[in-house]
This record gives sequence, C-alpha cells and structure tokens, in this order.
Amino acid sequence: MMTLLSEIGSIILATLRDVVPIAAIIFGFQFFVIRRSIPNLGRVLAGFGYVIVGLGLFLLGLEKALFPIGKLMASQLTDPEFLRSGVDVVATSVRWQDYYWVYLFAFAIGASTTIAEPSLIAVAMKANEVSAGAISVWGLRIAVALGVAIGITLGTFRIVTGAPIHYFIISGYVVVVIQTFFAPKMIVPLAYDSGGVTTSTVTVPLVAALGLGLAETVPGRSPLLDGFGLIAFASLFPIITVMGYAQIAHYRAQRQQPSNKSGSETRLSNPAG
Amino acid sequence: MKHPLLAIGKSMLGSLRDLMPIILVVAFFQFLVLKQPLPNPFELGLGIVFVVLGLTFFIYGLEMGLFPVGQTLANAFARKGSVFWLLSFAFALGFGTTVAEPALIAVAAEAAQVAAQGGMIDDTNLARQSYASGLRMVVAFSVGFAIVLGVLRILKGWPIHLMIVIGYVLVVVMTFFAPREIIGIAYDSGGVTTSTITVPLVTALGVGLASSIKGRNPMLDGFGLIAFASLSPMIFVMAYGMLL
Repeated sequence: MMTLLSEIGSIILATLRDVVPIAAIIFGFQFFVIRRSIPNLGRVLAGFGYVIVGLGLFLLGLEKALFPIGKLMASQLTDPEFLRSGVDVVATSVRWQDYYWVYLFAFAIGASTTIAEPSLIAVAMKANEVSAGAISVWGLRIAVALGVAIGITLGTFRIVTGAPIHYFIISGYVVVVIQTFFAPKMIVPLAYDSGGVTTSTVTVPLVAALGLGLAETVPGRSPLLDGFGLIAFASLFPIITVMGYAQIAHYRAQRQQPSNKSGSETRLSNPAG
Repeated sequence: MKHPLLAIGKSMLGSLRDLMPIILVVAFFQFLVLKQPLPNPFELGLGIVFVVLGLTFFIYGLEMGLFPVGQTLANAFARKGSVFWLLSFAFALGFGTTVAEPALIAVAAEAAQVAAQGGMIDDTNLARQSYASGLRMVVAFSVGFAIVLGVLRILKGWPIHLMIVIGYVLVVVMTFFAPREIIGIAYDSGGVTTSTITVPLVTALGVGLASSIKGRNPMLDGFGLIAFASLSPMIFVMAYGMLL
C-alpha cells in the first residue's frame, strides 16, 4: 500500500514537472504582458489540479496495466516460433502473409488506443462545440481511430516487407492533397490537425513496442533503421479518413437535398488562389 | 447545476466506455490467439481503475482549466492588439512545451544512437549527447516556429491547404537529399511533439483567436495549429541531418 502511494506521488510529481513550464509561460504572459487577472482564477487552478492528478493517475494505470501486457503481446505475436506454429514445419522462412495476426493486432490496437486518447477527446469536444454539433464527437473519434488503425497496419506491413518508408508517406501525401480539393472546406483544417493529435500518451508507447518488436524479429531488419516510422503512418492516415468521413457525409446530404448548397463552400472556394 | 458527484459518476462511466475497446482487444489476443492466462490480474485491475479515474479527472479539468485559459488568453491578446506579444507567446508555448517532452527526449537519444552507428557522428558518449540535445533544440524550435506561423495564418487568414502542401513538397524534396538514417526519425518526430496538455491548450488558443478576430471563422481558421506543429519538425530534423 505504501509503495502504491509513493508511486502515485512520484508520477503526479513527474506530471507536475511537465506542466510547470506550460503554467509558467501562461501565467507569466498573463501577469507581465496582459496585466489582467484571470477570471475565475480559483476555478482555473482547480482545473489544472484535476488535469495534473488525472494525467498522473492515467499514466500510472497505463504503466501498471496496459503497457506491460501490450508490449508482451507485441513481442509474442512477432516471435517467429508463434508465426511458424500455423504453417508447415517445412517452411523455414516466414512469408509476409504469415504475419496476419500481427496485422490484425496492429489494426485493433491502433483503433482501440486512439479511442481512449485524451488529446483526441479534447479536440473532438472543441470541434463539436465550434461546429455547433455538425461534427459529432464520436464520428470524429471513430474516423480518426480508423485512420490510425489503417496507418499502423500498413506500417507493420512495411516493416515486414522492408519497403522504403517514403514511398508510402509520399503516396499518402498525394492522396491528402487530392482530397483537400474535393472535401468540404470546413473539415480541412480539422482533418490536418487530427493527424497530430492521435499520437500521444496511449498510442505511442504501444505502437513503438510493436515496431521495435517487429524490426528485431523479422530477418534482415534493423530495429534502429526500421523500428521507426509507425508513428508517421499513424499521423498521416487519419487526415485521409477524416476528410473521407466528411466527404461521405457531405455526399449523402447532397443526394438528399440536391439544391441545398453548403454555406461553407463560398469561402476559400478557389484553392489555386 | 447538476450535483457534482452525479456528474463525476456519469463521466466515469464514459471513461470506462472509452477504455472498453482496449480491454476487449487485449482480452481477445491474450485468451484466443496467444492462449495464455493474464499475468498479474490484480495489478491489471488496479491499473484499469487508475486509468478510468485519471481520464475522468483529466476531462473534468480540461473543461475547468485548460480550455478556459486558452480562450481567455486568446481574447486578451486579440483585445490588446499587440502582434509582437502574441507571436512571442506562441513561440514560447511551442518551444517550452516541446523541449521538456519526455517522448522527444527518448526519440532524440535513439536518434543519436542511429547517427553514431551510421557513422554520421563519432561513436562516443559526448558526441551522442551533443547530437541528441541539438536535435531536441531543433525540434523545440521548429514547434515554436510552427505555432508562430499558424497564429500568423489565423491573423492574416491565409489558406491552410496551400501552406500544408508547400510543407509536404518540402518534406518530399528533402527526403531525397537527407541521410537515409535520419528519415524515419524525422517522420516520427512530427508525431511525438504534441503532448496531451499542449493539444487542448493550442486548440483552445487557435479557436479563441479565430472567434475573437473579425472576419475569421473558428472552424476554418481556428484549427490547424497542431497540423503545423507536426509538419515542421519533419522539415527541420531532415535539415539538421543534412547540415551535420
């Protein structure tokens, strides 16, 4: 019990240390530049307190429960022994198709960790508020989760096959650029943002473990050269799925009311200018 | 006003629901695919309780503290009308929140190892350390720069897609000239810079600015800061790899 309490204490202290620079910048500018006190200061400070305690408990829980088992799973699933158990004993080398459990795990863990990602929840709440409910919190979260899942699955496929990362990333960029010109203008900035918010507290450690585990066990891969890159996949594909989600929603709304033109189309309607 | 305990109980149920997919995925793979019992079921249960409690408190504090502060600051800067101070704040926020980011420290250390193995720097502790801290500074600077650029975009109303496309073109062109060892790290560094506390703050700041400046639409102009913050480190890290 005592060790548990001291663990909680030390992780909250660590979170506090992360927050101090941010708080110093905010309050420094507030007092020296803006020179006006923050409205509801007590409430805001209490809010910061909740954020620190919450993030601390969240991280401690992840370290206690999720990360050990997730990392263990990643290493067990990528173990050649496990991979061979399903195929012929004669087959000495493992083909890329034999990693199907790895791909499924990558997809499932990418989607499920993204749903629990606190910063994505924050952005989805803000987007819902700003769009006056037009963008649903769950719609956005599921679209982003699907993007991360596809991205990480492709990323593991890349590690297994050893294809160069930039081909995938550049093709992804091309898709994003093309979609940008056809997606409803209102969604574009939010879609770009959703690439960056997906990869934080929950997803990164598990995904990194999966990438390193794969790069260590797949013959011919170096963990240092090939272990990286999954995060890049996880931040590119949500852009595509979020725009896709908006395009599908827009298309279906248009089919129902063919004469109704979206008001947001008027601004920024000339992408070349 | 709802009863606070009732509200907390309700949002705890929400957090549990957010966590459910992970629990199901882990259970499926552990029992059905790997066919193994759970190691330390007690620790696991305790951990899940912590995660649920933590997520609940975090979201509660988000709406009480982080969102209002971002909004208030944005309004205050818009009223003050000093572009210089707004941009200095933007830079400080981007640089300050990134330089101490634990994920970045870890990635920088690994990157130094890669560089040493690839023969880009001497394989000594000192060389690795200076490479890693240099990389950290570069990434932190690039995030500060990105937030400044993003805030300028909100002020001027520049179209975001043009800027992002230019960024992509830079990334693609530099990919062909940067040393092979740095590319994976550069691509990843875009993702690790945006932490759980920075994202809500920066989002609230952008949306707050766009809603308090006349002629800006919070949906069209308010978002996008995070996008810059995850694109610009890629460019800066590849440049770092090319120059060193």
